Amino acid sequence: MFSFIGRSIVQKTVTLFFVSVISFLIIHLAPGKPSQVDPMNPKFTPEMVERFRQEFHLHEPLYIQYLLFYKDLFTGKIVSWKDNQPVLAKIWERFLNSLPLFIVGTLLTWTLSFPVGIRSAISRGGIYDRSATFFAYLLISIPGFFFAYVLIIFVVTVFHVPVIGMETFGMGAAPWPHLWMDRVWHLLLPSVLGATGGIAVLSRYVRSQMLEVEGQDYVRTARAKGLSPDQVHYKHALRNALLPFVTMFGLILPGLIGGSVIIESIFSWPGMGRMAYEAILARDYPIILTVNFLSAVLVLTGTFVSDLLYLVVDPRIRL
Amino acid sequence: MEADTAHSNDTLLSVADLKVYFGGQDPVARAVDGVNFDVHTGETVCLVGESGCGKTVTALAVLGLVPIPPGKVVSGKIRFRDTDLLTLREETLQHIRGNQISMVFQEPLTALNPVFTIGDQIMEAIQVHEKAAENERRSRCIQLLQDVGIPSPRARLKDYPHQLSGGQRQRVMIAMALACRPALIIADEPTTALDVTVQAQILNLMKSIQNTAAMSVLYITHDLGVVSTVADRVYIMYAGLIVEQGTRDQVFQAPKHPYTRGLLASLPTRGKRGKRLYSIPGTVPNPAFKPKGCPFHPRCASALPECSVSFPKMCDYGESHLSRCPPLYNQEKHE
Amino acid sequence: MTNDPLILEAPSAPKRTRLEELWRLFKQNRLAIIGLFIFVLFFITAILGAVLTSGHDPVFDPSLIRLQEKLLPPLSRPHGGALSPEETPTFGLYLFGTDDLGRDVFSRMLQGAWVSLTVGFVAVGISVMVGIFMGGMAGYFGERHLRWDHISGVGILFAAGILLTTGNVWTSLGVFAVGCVFLGFFIVMKPPQRFGFTTGWLRKNAVSVDTLIMRLVDIMLCFPSFFLILTVVALLPASMYNIMIIIGLTSWMGTTRFVRAEFLSLREQDFVTAARALGIGNFRIIFRHMMPNAIAPVLVSSTIGIATAILTEAGLSFLGFGVPPPHATWGNILSGGKGFIFDAPWLTFIPGIAILIVVLCFNLFGEGLRDALNPKLRER
Repeated sequence: MFSFIGRSIVQKTVTLFFVSVISFLIIHLAPGKPSQVDPMNPKFTPEMVERFRQEFHLHEPLYIQYLLFYKDLFTGKIVSWKDNQPVLAKIWERFLNSLPLFIVGTLLTWTLSFPVGIRSAISRGGIYDRSATFFAYLLISIPGFFFAYVLIIFVVTVFHVPVIGMETFGMGAAPWPHLWMDRVWHLLLPSVLGATGGIAVLSRYVRSQMLEVEGQDYVRTARAKGLSPDQVHYKHALRNALLPFVTMFGLILPGLIGGSVIIESIFSWPGMGRMAYEAILARDYPIILTVNFLSAVLVLTGTFVSDLLYLVVDPRIRL
Repeated sequence: MEADTAHSNDTLLSVADLKVYFGGQDPVARAVDGVNFDVHTGETVCLVGESGCGKTVTALAVLGLVPIPPGKVVSGKIRFRDTDLLTLREETLQHIRGNQISMVFQEPLTALNPVFTIGDQIMEAIQVHEKAAENERRSRCIQLLQDVGIPSPRARLKDYPHQLSGGQRQRVMIAMALACRPALIIADEPTTALDVTVQAQILNLMKSIQNTAAMSVLYITHDLGVVSTVADRVYIMYAGLIVEQGTRDQVFQAPKHPYTRGLLASLPTRGKRGKRLYSIPGTVPNPAFKPKGCPFHPRCASALPECSVSFPKMCDYGESHLSRCPPLYNQEKHE
Repeated sequence: MTNDPLILEAPSAPKRTRLEELWRLFKQNRLAIIGLFIFVLFFITAILGAVLTSGHDPVFDPSLIRLQEKLLPPLSRPHGGALSPEETPTFGLYLFGTDDLGRDVFSRMLQGAWVSLTVGFVAVGISVMVGIFMGGMAGYFGERHLRWDHISGVGILFAAGILLTTGNVWTSLGVFAVGCVFLGFFIVMKPPQRFGFTTGWLRKNAVSVDTLIMRLVDIMLCFPSFFLILTVVALLPASMYNIMIIIGLTSWMGTTRFVRAEFLSLREQDFVTAARALGIGNFRIIFRHMMPNAIAPVLVSSTIGIATAILTEAGLSFLGFGVPPPHATWGNILSGGKGFIFDAPWLTFIPGIAILIVVLCFNLFGEGLRDALNPKLRER
């Protein structure tokens, strides 16, 4: 057990190292320069460019830059090129903004897709299953930005509530229930949009897992024992079908940081995705690299947690 | 449970003209195509046939476990004691499954649920049919495990199926089937997945349990070796049909169907040492495309022209020995 | 025994080729048939679109600006007098209306169809090829090991490449030469056999091919994919080819994992052992014996991959990183129309619904194929 944990921590650290190297290389070797150090940019005088290059060690060879960059990252001293703000503080602030979207979206995804998927599998081929399947495909196939506009038009024309941004501007004096409802309205659309794809994919996956398990011999044994269909489906089959989803719990983590670039920019939601988008537009390398690094950390932590969870729930795996 | 002697004549299970087809549209796979057989109280009946001849489907149909969307019970009667199982509602059938008729499956590894302990799985079988208290269930479960010859059963209760050996798993399956003292156990190739030595142990176990509990056992098997050790009566099945039936001695000593003869001839015995072993030419027909007439005629060495035309009737050789080969019957009557 | 004439007459299931069997199963899925139909329709439209909207005097001109005709709803007729003859749209009618610059949306949709089609197919083609190659290597040669000398050699060459990009041409060339000598000396000439000296740890096994490839997959999976694509697309000069290549190079991991798993199980099967016992070469075994067994599911998942790639491209275009204007894509028509969402909703709805239908048809078609290929569902 401990050797497994040790080995996988070492392995994941090595992976993380390579991720950091590759992302650093991609950013720095790509053609083009950030506007701050671009000699063609009329906004900056040559002296300013020179000072900038000094300050951000751009004269050093690439590997020194790499070491300096990650030293700054780990000591928390790293600052954005654009406005000299500390990157980690910035990310934390945006992260707090994205968090409610993420939580509501994840809750919606997981609470809706399981009942839908299980019911589809049990009534396979029936009218419920076929319509659920079709809707799942519809939701997988609809482009998020298009769906966003359809929903915005719908909500704005039918309910007459503003939905862009995190809250309506200039509501400061309103009584708190109004403020609260305002926040909920603003939160609802982007979270629903964020969850749609997830619901569709996950419910299909639940359905196929469930079908797979329903065809197993032990389900037949359970029926031969004289169990009722409910006991067969929800105890014997579901317990086995759920095993793979434990690992997916770990895979939710990366969603924390990716956010959704497209949805956050449509709704002007000041979250992580939008920050990353703005950073890419401005070629703000420290932010891009930090976001990327943190998301790699989350992916690796996620897989690690899934492996551990799997150990706990599947009696067949013992180390 | 009445203490009947073996070979009593009252019929426990009687299957009549059972037809189970698969696949909605054409070609329909006629997996079971009019099967008749009886199981009397306390006796051991073997249903013998090659794989794909419909014997497992027959067994599943008795318990109402044929997967219904592809499969369909087209006609027939399955009379257990005084009720026709095919007319029962699902809920009523649930009280019979595992309680009065239980089943032992072929592959003990996949037939046991991997995420529950064996104790849970056996106690569950007791729980659904008899609302026994936790303590009683546990002690009965330990007793059952002891009966099927699992050492230190108390400690094994908390084991998961993957922690047991193949033979032990099959013993657990049998314990589970015995949990509610059923009148009939259907054993679907219970020893096929096991080593030969373990096979013999399991067969002996079944035999001894059967003797003490006066149960009937319906063996589904392709292994004539198993049949010769356990069977009281034998049904030979081919392409969804019973082609010969009789007591073990009748069928083994004086087989009256070319297929049975072929099967017996292909058994390696001491007398055939050094000779080339017989094998029946060809393969079992696809249940969706059965030949006209006698389904066995394309593989039959003594087939006559009429065999490919007329469907063979059951011919009575007396003493409940029947065979589905009229040419052979006529031939023997003439002699 | 087979010379028995009776057996030759034995009736059996009518012989069907695998393709016929597949088609029979596929036909039962009505949604998948609709998917296939739209897929073919889209294919024809895209090719026709590419032909009809290109050249000097295209039948449908997607970039002709008529400012006086802007934001006309679908099916409206042009205001006769204001237009010169060559400016009037084909059919004398704006089928899908016009956008904010008075360009004919129908022509732009036609042009965009071709973009979606090529991006989808080329990106997925790249990803499938990389995926099959990597997965095949990992699955078939997985147990082979790379030695430290291989790795050192490649490492030196790689360092030379890095130096080259930072501008130190001469140092880089020097390092490159050292690398070549190193590789030549240790691998081509095999010094231990020739000169009888030991090279110690350099000859030791370092890492198996399988580990190497699977770790690479792990590394790639660490990047948030849309974010990575966005970053790279934003940094590179805008062009349709860059987008295809980047989408392709960031989506091969699933195929790799799948092909590897499939190869690992196929490799243990008897027909491969038999082929090997017959002395058939590795590559012939891979391509003649193993690939046909592994390829079908890969093709299915690539159908769905095309759908994903079309969505990704549309998303990039929507954010303004896609195919550069004036070339029209469905994503940038929608993106351009978002400012007029209440005045000219067709600018949002026409491309949006077009993307939806095409992606949906690819998904349905792919799932239908997958079901038809799934042996467990065959008996149905």
